[in-house]
Amino acid sequence: MTAPSTATKLPALARVYRVRAGVELKEFFRQRESVVFTLMFPVILLVVFGAVLDYEIGGGVTFTQYFMAGVIAAGILGASLQNMAIGIATERSDGTLKNLAGTPMPKSAYFVGKIAQVVAVTVATIVILLVVGVVLYGIDLPSGTQWLTFTWVAVLGSAACTLLGIAVSSLAKNGRSASATVTPFALILQFISGVFFRFDQIPEWMQTIAAVFPLKWMAQGLRSVFLPDVLAAQEPAGSWELGRVALVLTAWVAVGLLLCVRTFRWRDKADG
Amino acid sequence: MSTTPAPVTEQPTTPLDPDAAISVRGLVKRYGDRNAVDGLDLDIRRGEIFALLGPNGAGKTTTVEVLEGYRSRDGGQVAVLGVDPAVGGRRWRSDIGIVLQAGAGDSQLTCLELLTAQASYYPAPRDPHEVLELVGLSEKAGARGRSLSGGQRRRLDVALGIVGGPALLFLDEPTTGFDPEARRQFWSLIRSLRELGTTMLLTTHYLDEAEELADRVGVITAGRLVEVAVPAELGGRGTAPAVVSWTEDGRRRTEATQTPTALVADLAARFPGEVPDLAVARPTLEDVYLQMIGQTS
Repeated sequence: MTAPSTATKLPALARVYRVRAGVELKEFFRQRESVVFTLMFPVILLVVFGAVLDYEIGGGVTFTQYFMAGVIAAGILGASLQNMAIGIATERSDGTLKNLAGTPMPKSAYFVGKIAQVVAVTVATIVILLVVGVVLYGIDLPSGTQWLTFTWVAVLGSAACTLLGIAVSSLAKNGRSASATVTPFALILQFISGVFFRFDQIPEWMQTIAAVFPLKWMAQGLRSVFLPDVLAAQEPAGSWELGRVALVLTAWVAVGLLLCVRTFRWRDKADG
Repeated sequence: MSTTPAPVTEQPTTPLDPDAAISVRGLVKRYGDRNAVDGLDLDIRRGEIFALLGPNGAGKTTTVEVLEGYRSRDGGQVAVLGVDPAVGGRRWRSDIGIVLQAGAGDSQLTCLELLTAQASYYPAPRDPHEVLELVGLSEKAGARGRSLSGGQRRRLDVALGIVGGPALLFLDEPTTGFDPEARRQFWSLIRSLRELGTTMLLTTHYLDEAEELADRVGVITAGRLVEVAVPAELGGRGTAPAVVSWTEDGRRRTEATQTPTALVADLAARFPGEVPDLAVARPTLEDVYLQMIGQTS
């Protein structure tokens, strides 16, 4: 009760948030595996697919231009959902979380650090993808208000996927098992959500499944940014459905937040 | 074991000791229909090193984790630095350091970066450089956690536990897997922390470690604290007869006695030179401990 620290003030939230953001950035960018698999994987996909699937999809637009939207959506998914699910599951099973919970660090600081990591990785991924797309494949960059659409789709999609990733991390036994479940799931999602193939050419029942998850809506929203409006007619709904994109992604933010609050654990399940 | 005036005989109705670093009355923790901790009483004074001993499954870790605020409890009263851990906030956590059995986890950060980050969570932290010096890791300041040896990692764990300048430090099996040399070094680190006035609650499987470091030891079996004593007196060890043994006429002779000095003097008179294979032994902490947990489990 008469501990010496009662006289001193607890560190300001903003300062702890800055420290945690720094910690999370170092943890990510110093680990070769995470940089290669999360950050560079979509870039490699873009390079390979851009070279292989070099055909026109109508209106003088190449598939690479179509793929640009999809690969950015996949990049956001990797930087948020996959990164959070695997990263947090690892930190939970190796005791990092339990140790943090034993310090006076405000719990919110952990999540602020993770958000900073997702934002940094997402922005880095998008910038590299855009540069590679423009330099190697002459991608047409968005213009005017398209950037606005780009921004809100990326922010909403990344928020939804970050929250889902945090929630999913609680289901996994450890980082390795999280990786073993989340990675194939993300890959399948990419196949049926219009990342690698045109969404309108995917069987309808797969489209229906894809429409449950955020990736399809992120890719669709980003197509509205990268493709001319005449191609909206190719979409199953015949339009970009931006209102619905916003609605579904917002709903996932709400669901993800609820799941996080309900399921987040600071300790390993095996630890009781 | 009845020979020791053990404070554990206090009734659960005794109020919590307001001056103690840790005070526990009638602690109960249930898992399913089993009481993992079953009415445990405990007082740990400020500034002392207290070792909690007990077999696996006796409720040792559960008790410590209730005190650390990691687990809820099903009954009893607990005060850690005067605060109920169930409602201890950031302020309370600032005065407590925890060194978990599993350690601090993998990190890409260097030792100094880890300590600097950890220090920033506390209102009055120690200087990370000084802490590295104290645990003998100054030369590893720029090394990443994963490049350290087992003993070095454990010292880093302790550094992380004390960088906040805790009044109370929990150490859960801190030297498991150490070689004898590393354990000696670790013990001297713990002694230097004691000189800084840090109260420590140590759990360990090594009885020599408890004997070496602890001011008092408590033995937990079946969810209760069965005895608390200074290591030299645990289990009636202080008053137990000494066993004198020697070799005579080609046979090994042993005699239990309360007056070993007199017996040795007799033997010295009886033999012309050295008494062959003379040994005087008192029960070790391990002897009495094994006897105690054998009796109650």
